[in-house]
Amino acid sequence: MNAIISLIAVVGLVLIAFIGVNVANLHFIFGIIVPYVAIVIFLIGVISRVMKWGRTPVPFRIPTTCGQQQSLPWIKQSKLDNPSTTSGVVGRMLLEVFLFRSLFSNTKFELREGPKVAYGSTKWLWLGGLAFHWSFLVVLIRHLRLFAEPVPAFLMGVEALDGFLQVGIPGVLISGIVLLLAVTYLFLRRVFIPQVRYISLVADYFPLFLIMSVAITGILMRYFLRVDLVSIKALTIGIVSFNAKVPEGISVVFYIHLFLVSTLFAYIPYSKIMHLGGVFLSPTRNLANNSRMVRHINPWNYPVELHTYAEYEDEFRDKMKDAGIPVDKE
Amino acid sequence: MAKTPKPDELSKIDYKQPETSWMDTPAELKEGNWCYGAKPKNLETLHFPNPREWRVQDEDWKLPDNWQEIILQGMKERLDKYRSFKVFMDICVRCGACADKCHFFIGSGDPKNMPVLRAELLRSVYRGNFTAAGKILGKLAGARPLTLAVLKEWWYYFFQCTECRRCSVFCPYGIDTAEITMMARELLNLLGLNIDWIAGPAANCYMKGNHLGLEPHTIVGNLEYMLDDIETVTGIKITPTFNRKGAEILFVTPSGDLFADPGTYTCMGYLMLFHELGLDYTWSTYASEGGNFGFFTSNELAKRLNSKIYNEARRLGVKWILGGECGHMWRVLNQYMDTWNGPADFLEVPKSPITGTVFENTRSTKMVHIAEFTADLIKNKKLKLDPKRNDNLKVTFHDSCNTSRGMGLLEEPRYIINNVCNNFYEMDELTIREKTFCCGSGSGLNAGENMEIRMRGGFPRANAVKDVVEKYGVNMVANVCAIDRAVLTASLDYWVPGTKVTGVHELVANAMIMKGEKERTTNLRGDPLPGMEGQE
Repeated sequence: MNAIISLIAVVGLVLIAFIGVNVANLHFIFGIIVPYVAIVIFLIGVISRVMKWGRTPVPFRIPTTCGQQQSLPWIKQSKLDNPSTTSGVVGRMLLEVFLFRSLFSNTKFELREGPKVAYGSTKWLWLGGLAFHWSFLVVLIRHLRLFAEPVPAFLMGVEALDGFLQVGIPGVLISGIVLLLAVTYLFLRRVFIPQVRYISLVADYFPLFLIMSVAITGILMRYFLRVDLVSIKALTIGIVSFNAKVPEGISVVFYIHLFLVSTLFAYIPYSKIMHLGGVFLSPTRNLANNSRMVRHINPWNYPVELHTYAEYEDEFRDKMKDAGIPVDKE
Repeated sequence: MAKTPKPDELSKIDYKQPETSWMDTPAELKEGNWCYGAKPKNLETLHFPNPREWRVQDEDWKLPDNWQEIILQGMKERLDKYRSFKVFMDICVRCGACADKCHFFIGSGDPKNMPVLRAELLRSVYRGNFTAAGKILGKLAGARPLTLAVLKEWWYYFFQCTECRRCSVFCPYGIDTAEITMMARELLNLLGLNIDWIAGPAANCYMKGNHLGLEPHTIVGNLEYMLDDIETVTGIKITPTFNRKGAEILFVTPSGDLFADPGTYTCMGYLMLFHELGLDYTWSTYASEGGNFGFFTSNELAKRLNSKIYNEARRLGVKWILGGECGHMWRVLNQYMDTWNGPADFLEVPKSPITGTVFENTRSTKMVHIAEFTADLIKNKKLKLDPKRNDNLKVTFHDSCNTSRGMGLLEEPRYIINNVCNNFYEMDELTIREKTFCCGSGSGLNAGENMEIRMRGGFPRANAVKDVVEKYGVNMVANVCAIDRAVLTASLDYWVPGTKVTGVHELVANAMIMKGEKERTTNLRGDPLPGMEGQE
């Protein structure tokens, strides 16, 4: 049900763009206004969200330790999984952000006759997630060529690598295909793994469909429909140079693609996609386990009500004396 | 009290999800799965709000009229005080990596025991009240209003989480359900909705210094019983001191070790070790609790209870503090104590008087774990050990949640065990170290009335024990946690009868050859030593 609602929402977005451009002729709005608005929402939204997190104090040093602590010099510490230094933390975070290390260690279980619970490693989510994020990044980087004239050499290099298969005309770029496959996998596992289906909200399916439709329209434009790349680049260069004009002859598919991308960007700050910023601020990952070595300060630490030793002794003095326990006041 | 089903019945676990979505499936508060509500006298002792007689089964929980306002206000306050809470409310992508990592989920199949869904119970209310999308789109944005049914659902499921952090290990963002449960319990406590198994020990600890409510003379008395037993086994008379000013070291351990088997054997282990070393140390009857049930209630109460340790160390003028075997005690000491009640600038950086080792890793907190202390002794060959005395045992080691995932004390106890036992076997590697399973009853859930959920939660751990019992004939589960010693005894009795539980220092004491000891014929439990059968 949640998946259907999300699908309807994305189809609705496609229709809005289609009608807006093809029927209502709102090229200027969909080609220029919408992307600008989306970028503004994206920037302000992301910055304010990250600042809100950043302003919230971290009262305690609570890393989840996933390996041996630093203790006696002859005991080997897990410097990455239980870091006690900043460099260890940086290493842990890099592995987490770039290689999804926690997901790599994912397990599954099975209840067998006996009863016997058997555990095994499972890497599909890790692989799917990694493929999805990395291909998305490459696609994003590749698109930078639309905003620079001449196209910088490193972007040409990225594209050359991406097209290393050297098949088809125009040449097949791996990243777009992988992105579509990975996002489809992430959708299918949500539908077919009962536990994951049970926890999935509209907010989980919607971005998947959105990204899927972005990928599909992108692939359509590259391989199947003729789009006027020269005009598109004139538009995109116009946007980044704040001198935007809408050239004639751009296919409606491009406008749909652009509208979906704009929606995605505007949606990011208010959605779970903010994990891209949150992962850096997670106190269970980005702190060193050194709280016995260096005192961590809680900015809002306040004095609390105590039951003092003197009060305790007042209550038990006689019993303590009888038991031969020394007391402060006779 | 509900009758606990038999193991073969309980292990038929249904992992199928209900037909209705979780928001439309109201929680059914099943007997055997919850603990009795906090008694008014305990809340009064602690000066907590809304002390009153109430029963979980009753429709009316006798809440203040403005309870929703109190909760939402409390939530806002905590969102502004804890980055963890705020970030964890916002960034979950519901990938499901955590879903099958929870011992309660594996043991019960209840989808609301999936960490992600446990957190969503709170997150849905957060979205409905604190996010624009949730306020506008409501259910479409995964939001729901805070109703009495939701509040009861919180109470039921946040007292079905043992704050073990296993889910946090697997989460790609480190989202820690323990953190969310801690917040939820704080909120529930604003309405007087603690469980008595936590509020009672916390009140005891506040007034009497320990969870069990042992008064000073009882502590001395309990230890004297142990000293008699030690004398019977070893022929050595030990005379520890209490509340002694000027001692070099203050020793703090969970009060569970003073009270019941098999924790008392661990305690005898401490006493024998310190005697053998001639350690200049003292017990305290005021700071007679290492554990901290305040930690399962609220940050503030945890700080109040914890403050006794430093205050007592200051009053007695000791140089540093040594801590016994306990799980959550060490999460608190490692990650909270210094922040709450430090700086401990009146203490010195701990230095072993026996080996001269300076415990650099404790230079701010000044509190050393006894496994670190003992591992250092063994490494420096300061103990005479005869591991053959433990040859009747085939030992496995259960990592406690808190010492593994909130500290990283993994190798120290293993090093000790390997030096005092000849037969040591690890459990499945996906169930130990940072991936260890909770005993099933941590975070103050080791009551009697919730035995069904305890046995369910204890199932994954017990099942991994069963595996090494069948493979290697393991008959003893060692651990460094007082709650484990109490709880595993029950859950192994239920799932793997015949398997016993021990603290690491009981094994040490059995293997340790003491100066002037008589020929030992039994171990501390009075069981004959290997080769001594029929001699006792």
